[in-house]
Amino acid sequence: MHETTPPPGATAPVFYEQEEHAHGDGGTLFGFWLYLMSDCLIFAALFATFGVLGRNYAAGPSGADLFDLRLVAVNTGFLLLSSITYGFAMLEMDKDRISPTLAWLAVTGLFGMAFIGIELYEFSHLIQEGATPQRSAFLSSFFALVGTHGLHVTFGIIWLATLMVQVRQRGLIAANQRRLMCLSMFWHFLDVVWIGVFTFVYLMGAMR
Amino acid sequence: MSDFAEPGTVRKPQNHGEAHGGHYPHGAQGTFRSYMTGFVLSVILTAIPFWLVMGDVLDDTLLTGIVIMALAAVQIVVHMIYFLHMNTKSEGGWTFLALLFTLTLVVITLVGSIWVMYHMDQNMMPMSPHEALQKP
Repeated sequence: MHETTPPPGATAPVFYEQEEHAHGDGGTLFGFWLYLMSDCLIFAALFATFGVLGRNYAAGPSGADLFDLRLVAVNTGFLLLSSITYGFAMLEMDKDRISPTLAWLAVTGLFGMAFIGIELYEFSHLIQEGATPQRSAFLSSFFALVGTHGLHVTFGIIWLATLMVQVRQRGLIAANQRRLMCLSMFWHFLDVVWIGVFTFVYLMGAMR
Repeated sequence: MSDFAEPGTVRKPQNHGEAHGGHYPHGAQGTFRSYMTGFVLSVILTAIPFWLVMGDVLDDTLLTGIVIMALAAVQIVVHMIYFLHMNTKSEGGWTFLALLFTLTLVVITLVGSIWVMYHMDQNMMPMSPHEALQKP
């Protein structure tokens, strides 16, 4: 028996992972959560800027002169509805049903586009009235904050469309499920930021 | 001979989370009921501040401001729980810890900026709107 030498490494102990690892998905979802937290800091800086400069009108128009709260209310409704329809898409994903998942994702995308459409209309309206970002510190910080949020939503819509194509081509494989869950966090996070925007910027601004 | 595995231990599948149709243990985490609860709550919490401001319900703007800020804070918590499925357990509590850390930084950024810049404003030379218009 001692004449056959075992190959190197054969006698080394083999270790098995017995405990459930903290990140069952390889840590992607937690990593994405950390990204969202860093994004939160960007918005905190923009909110702080608006908080400091929000009343420096430079003898120009104020929020009370400019904001159409009915438009903002409609927009808030669109974003809220898109949040719940994304939730429905996730529920269908859990049941492994591709078509309803895609349908709810499409509805979510439409609400997102409606939101962006109304926001762009509002911005163009402001700029036509002369309330451009260069007009006052208030308007600079307003466009920076609301514009950054709008850009996030725009990229969320692009990401959503990409994932719809991916799901149609590959089905609800684990990788696509992971991607949809990341976008879910992103989308709901943007809705949370919008709560701050409509309260702090629009409602408080319209009251001054 | 090379198999040192003790009875009862199961090797973890190598293709964990990659297999077709494989489901994440967390899943969407929500149920239809929890999503609807969150949605109804956030509709109410959105409608009240808009009603307060658009209908001029309270005469005191300071009071209205405080109320709508408080409602926004509640709505953010509602979204965190029902839509983002935040809890103190997921990922061994690390998501919650990251959130607490971020909230600390957010509060320092917001309160610090507004506090410091308010006092800066107080110490600046006053300028009338007319003078502001003459500024380059």
